[in-house]
Amino acid sequence: MSEIILTPKEQPQVPLEANTITPDSFAGKNIDEISNIAIWNGNKQFRLSEFFDVQGESAENPSEIKIIIDGDIYNTKRIGQSMTAGEITVKGNANMYVGAEMDGGKITVEGNVGSWAGQDMKGGELTVLGNAGDYVGSAYRGDWRGMSGGLITIHGNVGNEIAEYMLGGKMVIKGNVAIMPGIHMNGGLLIIEGNVVARTGGEMKGGTIVVKGVIDEFLAGFKYLGVERNIEVEGEIIEGAFYKFKGDLATKGASGIVYAAVAGNGHIVPK
Amino acid sequence: MEHIIKNGIVYDPLNEVNGEQMDICIKDGKIVDSVSEDANVTDASGQIIMPGGVDPHTHIAGAKVNVGRMIRPEDSKKDAESLAGIKRAGSGFSVPSTFMTGYRYAKMGYTTAMEAAMPPLLARHTHEEFVDTPIIDHAAYPLFGNNWFVMDYLKEGDLDKCAAYVSWLLKSTKGYTIKIVNPAGTEAWAWGGNVHGINDPAPYFDVTGADIIKGLAEVNEMLGLPHPIHLHCNDLGHPGNYETTLASFDIPKGIKVNPKHGSREAVLYATHVQFHSYGGTNWRDFVSEAPKIADYVNKNDHIVIDVGQVTLDETTTMTADGPMEYDLHTLNGLKWANCDVELETGSGVVPFLYSPRAPVPSAQWGVGLELFLLVNDPGKICLTTDSPNAGPFTRYPRVMAWLMSNRYRTDMIENKIHKWAQRKTSIATLDREYSLYEIAQISRSTPAKVLGLSDTKGHLGVGADADISIFNFNPETQDPSADYMAVEEALSNASYVFKDGEIVVKDGAVVNIGIHGRTYWVNSLYDAELEKQVEAEVEKVFKQYYSVNFANYPVQDEYLPRSNPVNGVME
Ligand SMILES: [Zn+2]
Repeated sequence: MSEIILTPKEQPQVPLEANTITPDSFAGKNIDEISNIAIWNGNKQFRLSEFFDVQGESAENPSEIKIIIDGDIYNTKRIGQSMTAGEITVKGNANMYVGAEMDGGKITVEGNVGSWAGQDMKGGELTVLGNAGDYVGSAYRGDWRGMSGGLITIHGNVGNEIAEYMLGGKMVIKGNVAIMPGIHMNGGLLIIEGNVVARTGGEMKGGTIVVKGVIDEFLAGFKYLGVERNIEVEGEIIEGAFYKFKGDLATKGASGIVYAAVAGNGHIVPK
Repeated sequence: MEHIIKNGIVYDPLNEVNGEQMDICIKDGKIVDSVSEDANVTDASGQIIMPGGVDPHTHIAGAKVNVGRMIRPEDSKKDAESLAGIKRAGSGFSVPSTFMTGYRYAKMGYTTAMEAAMPPLLARHTHEEFVDTPIIDHAAYPLFGNNWFVMDYLKEGDLDKCAAYVSWLLKSTKGYTIKIVNPAGTEAWAWGGNVHGINDPAPYFDVTGADIIKGLAEVNEMLGLPHPIHLHCNDLGHPGNYETTLASFDIPKGIKVNPKHGSREAVLYATHVQFHSYGGTNWRDFVSEAPKIADYVNKNDHIVIDVGQVTLDETTTMTADGPMEYDLHTLNGLKWANCDVELETGSGVVPFLYSPRAPVPSAQWGVGLELFLLVNDPGKICLTTDSPNAGPFTRYPRVMAWLMSNRYRTDMIENKIHKWAQRKTSIATLDREYSLYEIAQISRSTPAKVLGLSDTKGHLGVGADADISIFNFNPETQDPSADYMAVEEALSNASYVFKDGEIVVKDGAVVNIGIHGRTYWVNSLYDAELEKQVEAEVEKVFKQYYSVNFANYPVQDEYLPRSNPVNGVME
């Protein structure tokens, strides 16, 4: 694996649009050429080297390239957008749209990320060690076809409307979730290890949501199916006892499944 | 400014020029007999020359178009163009932004496009969008088919007052024709229902679709309008609707044609007839009845139709047929918008995926092409996709290539689309291929004539506006039937387009936006006294029911940067 190290200079006040920071766009270019790759800041184009020190060695094939962003890029958006192969590691925070539309390869962010991480993701792996904002793995605004493949893992907490219109793939949230996880979900698997505030699976038609923590408020559109132990979802066994629900029956023909851990969720089961 | 286009191969049906090599001379925006030695020369050797395209029915400006843009950010995302030269940035595959709409029509050699549904109350918005739509000449069709005043006057049997009202409204909204959409049905939808067929009355008003079509067709000729009534029939998109369609076609038959401008022969223009040519009782036993519709058109001279060809794309449907859009939403489950335009009309917007792998869209594709291929006289049929309802206007070159190439269609039928195209329609058995001359008819001369604009539009004779399209396809060495991809490509990217005598497109790119497009509208005066009386009645109703002041209703002249009134009867 060839490593290319981007050391951030000062982050601009207006966010950087860094969709050209991908192994795909670096492949086949030498360090000079990479330094000259165009990057948008507001309505102007700059060279990558104006915002990053570029070092290391590139490769012909994106799958042989690992990009290390050695610092905090809290005001840089679209890292790894549409990438198909290779690796990116961010050793700090990143802004919105990390790994949006990614189709392959691997992104790891060691800090926190903004909203829309993994938007419309089709494949690959996106891991965030800190927290993420709203709309993790959601569809583009207005679209009814969201994340269709790949794996998103967020180790911290996330905001609202994650996995919106999810069609496939897998998302694991190790921390807590705000409202409406899996809204309009049509397929795939969403595992929430922490707690959820409210409206899990609102208007979902398909797919599976597993909540290991506590759901404060649950929707009325779900039919209670009973308790299941050591559930099997998408070929994987999740240990423990879960209340099983089907819904959201507010939507015609819905057959989404929500599992909520028995421990702590007695209040959402019909008496 | 003088210009001469040399050696092109010209297709100009209104002047019966069929593939002749000739020079075209331009002076001061018009086509002339000859020019001086100083004229700019454009060499069009081995290239097709046609008049600028004329789209008689499209949705490009106004409230519902904008709702389409607003509810579909994902449609904008998938098709965006950045700033380039004189061109502004824009976006939207099925509902492009206004500037991009003008550029994209021009790129295909189209220089005139008509907005087919304008709620009178929202006329101002429509004209504002025209201001920002470059290059193309245009007009808007106000909606009359569910208008309270029209229904009231028709209920009273007072055609004179109805005519006076229509005349006043056309002037007030700067509108061009009498557009009728699902007559009585959109009004019924305001009450939560719809009408079925032409004999089902609107609630309260107690007039039927048939009454409205008949009354307005008579009013159309009383006013001597350039275009016949422009009808979107009842029961759009429903299996079995062809009977309603044929019955509607028959209503204005026998009314005497009376245009004060232009030379149309039809008293009825029926739009997107593809959506109205269905047999069966549901989507399982559905069959195409396009052959029966085409047969009617072949046997009758009072009608011109456009097709509304399905292009098998993901698109956005939008129409004043509110109840139909609600049905569509319940069918595909996608997001929807619907609105009621007080006292006048309503509308709806729903995204739609005409997937080539799905049975119904494939059959609809076949129905549209059947109409094109079974109507014998290209003087009676216009090319449209009811853009963006059956597909975006940017697919016109593809539709033209389908019509010119049986091989292209066969490849679609055998390899690309669902077998319902063969099973439910006769398309696979039709081997007719359009000539370039016939393509020029359905996209140029026929629409220009039925719009009443063929004195200056849709032809290349002396006196015509110098709106000219040139395509890099050599009919002497290339065969559109065999080389269908090349002809589609050439028609998509004109090598030159002249608008009002100026080069606006070169090698498929907009290079100049020229002067602003004309806004055509109808100026008529049926009976000055009566019009005043009707205006007073309308004003009273305004105070009671409308949310705007009467004085703010008419669109003032400032809204039309290049106003082009066309006269109807002038008392
Ligand atoms: Zn239409």
